[in-house]
Amino acid sequence: MEALTDLVSALVLILNFIVVPGLSYGSQLALGALGITLVFGILRFANFAHGDTMAFGTMITILVTWWLQAQGVSLGPLPTALLALPIGILFTVLLLVITDKTVYRYYRHHKAVPVTFMIASMGVMFMTNGIVRFVIGPNDQRFLDGERFIVRARDFKAMTGLSEGLSIKVSQGLTIVIAIVLVALLFWFLQKTRTGKAMRAYSDNEDLALLSGVDPDRVVLVTWIITAILATIAGTLYGLDKSFKPFTYLQLLLPMFAAAIVGGIGNPIGAILGGYVIAFSEVMVTYAYKKVFIYLLPQSLEPEGLLQLLSTDYKFAVSFVILVLVLLVRPTGILRGKVL
Amino acid sequence: MSNTRKTQLAFATIGVLLLIIGFAQSWNVSLGILNLCLISAVMALGVNMQWGYAGLLNVGVMGFAALGGVSAVLVSQAPVVEAWNASWGRMLVAAICFAGTVAAAVFTYRKLASGRNRNLALTLVILVGLALTRIFLDPAISSIEAIEPAKTGFLGGMGLPIILSWIFGGVVAAGIAWCIGKVALGLRADYLAIATLGISEIIIAVLKNEDWLTRGVKNVTGLSRPVPYEIDLQTSPWFIDLMGWWHGSVLDGLATDARQQALKQFVIDGSSIFVKLCYTGLFAAVLLIVLWLSVRALNSPWGRMMRAIRDNEVAAGAMGKDVTRRHLEIFVIGSAVIGVAGAMLTTLDGQFTPTSYQPLRFTFLIWVMVIVGGSGNNMGSVLGGFLIWLVWIEAEPVGVWLMEVGTGWLDESNALRLHLIENAQHMRLFFMGLVLLLVLRFSPGGILPEVVRKR
Repeated sequence: MEALTDLVSALVLILNFIVVPGLSYGSQLALGALGITLVFGILRFANFAHGDTMAFGTMITILVTWWLQAQGVSLGPLPTALLALPIGILFTVLLLVITDKTVYRYYRHHKAVPVTFMIASMGVMFMTNGIVRFVIGPNDQRFLDGERFIVRARDFKAMTGLSEGLSIKVSQGLTIVIAIVLVALLFWFLQKTRTGKAMRAYSDNEDLALLSGVDPDRVVLVTWIITAILATIAGTLYGLDKSFKPFTYLQLLLPMFAAAIVGGIGNPIGAILGGYVIAFSEVMVTYAYKKVFIYLLPQSLEPEGLLQLLSTDYKFAVSFVILVLVLLVRPTGILRGKVL
Repeated sequence: MSNTRKTQLAFATIGVLLLIIGFAQSWNVSLGILNLCLISAVMALGVNMQWGYAGLLNVGVMGFAALGGVSAVLVSQAPVVEAWNASWGRMLVAAICFAGTVAAAVFTYRKLASGRNRNLALTLVILVGLALTRIFLDPAISSIEAIEPAKTGFLGGMGLPIILSWIFGGVVAAGIAWCIGKVALGLRADYLAIATLGISEIIIAVLKNEDWLTRGVKNVTGLSRPVPYEIDLQTSPWFIDLMGWWHGSVLDGLATDARQQALKQFVIDGSSIFVKLCYTGLFAAVLLIVLWLSVRALNSPWGRMMRAIRDNEVAAGAMGKDVTRRHLEIFVIGSAVIGVAGAMLTTLDGQFTPTSYQPLRFTFLIWVMVIVGGSGNNMGSVLGGFLIWLVWIEAEPVGVWLMEVGTGWLDESNALRLHLIENAQHMRLFFMGLVLLLVLRFSPGGILPEVVRKR
């Protein structure tokens, strides 16, 4: 019986510190990476501005949330930010469509090389970043309200009688549910609708798609709209889960690139897979396994050190290492990329 | 307008702008900007070699600049003898283990045919090797970090004059660039960009967290200087005499007491300007050397070969040029130049703060300099370095002033007005992006485009 309790305790530890955070962070990364991969698949360039697009969308959502809170509107146990999301998405769609019309369209019509697009996206990154910092400032912003936990560690302990607790935050639960719904919708859209099929055709073979009567402007427009939706939701969920700070969103760019490339860039399933691969390796490599082993091993074998592979400070570096390794060993990613 | 005329005009404009800043704000500010302009120009030259000559997209500028910065610490700080005594044995074993791991990994890579077996064997060799290294390294690190953590807690440096670090920084950056280039240069342009961006973040993460080497986020302050200290100048007779002579016409008209007071103020003001001028001289010398070498290199057969490779890799390869080797060569040289600039920057700051390395400032801003100045043109990069840095710095006061004027009709304590004024400085990011996009769209060659000589 003792052995069984220990085993369950170890499992709860892993669940609490690895599986739940990994799943929610992975979902946020996956949604972000989907945006990057869509832009890469359809417009054929690596979008450096994506992190700041997320920051922009989140910023609008936060501002609307604050306004709603001031009006006394609330969703009860759920965060008010969910109500504000549609407006955030609307503004982000506007931003992306305007940047496309003013910046990217010219290069698309002149058949510029991908590198030119990439440098242009650096310019867009600067401008969006400037706007975000100008409007909301460079500091941390919190906008989470409503209930904080679905399962509290204390309640869990009381319920099960275990010495380890399991806590699931509302933001984590929301992230996972919303990510599943969004991804399902996206795949339905890409597989079943005319526009989705046109997008896939355009990504697969541009010339052939044009010959078959696919309207390129429409494909591009829809791509930006979907990207805006994904980016705003991913950014807001990340902000609810942790906190909103413009600089963090710029830093998120790299794990998201890593996720998109690791999974196979241009491939939506790959982006989701990559998101979880990156998130779980970040969490697993930096977790100290000492307690888990104390439960699992007999007392005589108890470990001395923390059993941590890398210190938590290297959390971000893990994703870059994976990225660089994948680029070197298998540049096409786990699932062969480059086709939607 | 010919390129030469444009160059003269552009640099004259910058000179005038610096003069205006000197008269309107102060000479201290003006010289401070000029010094950073010079460093930026060197950095931009390094990026221009990689992107302008060879078409290599290195978005890891920040990493190489930081490597230069850390070498300033490693060269100039006095060695911490206790730390060495406490740890040298274990450190040596750990270093041997690490070297052995690398050698074994390279050996495995070369001897086994590519495939799953090789990947497995490589992973195994690296994991075992790193575990072995850590067995010795971890206690060594804790013994080093235990020694006076508030004051030192690291190994210290070599205790040499800091100016040597400018060379050392270049060498370190070149060495790391060789390792990176060896593995990453085969990648397509956009993948190379993302990979280098990632690698630069890894470099910063290491510098932030390996306290035994760099003191990490505890920073290293009070680095030695290649130029005199203000406080020494203020007490040396020759400098006081110099100031007395320089301001002679003002001083002569004063009574003894007032004269003493005025002279004292002149000496204090003059000393900081004198120090800045010394830096300006040193940085300008480095810039001129690098610029001269770059121009010579670009116009040599080697430079022609580089441009040929850039414009058409396949054709150049078919003509018998070793594209991979040339790419590695230019990647290493360009990174070395960035490293030199990074060391100069840390020397000027007098401190090494790993947290100050942020990609917007150290990578993307340098890219804006190169693109706006004119990629492929050395003078263009120098101009870009000067111009963009000037705008970057002056955008802040100008932005705040504009906001104050623009919101003048609002109440002093109006929340919106305060917010706008407080955040006006962030608009410079917006303007940088705008400038980059405008140049890219309407004048893709930059202000001074590359000169294509036709025969």
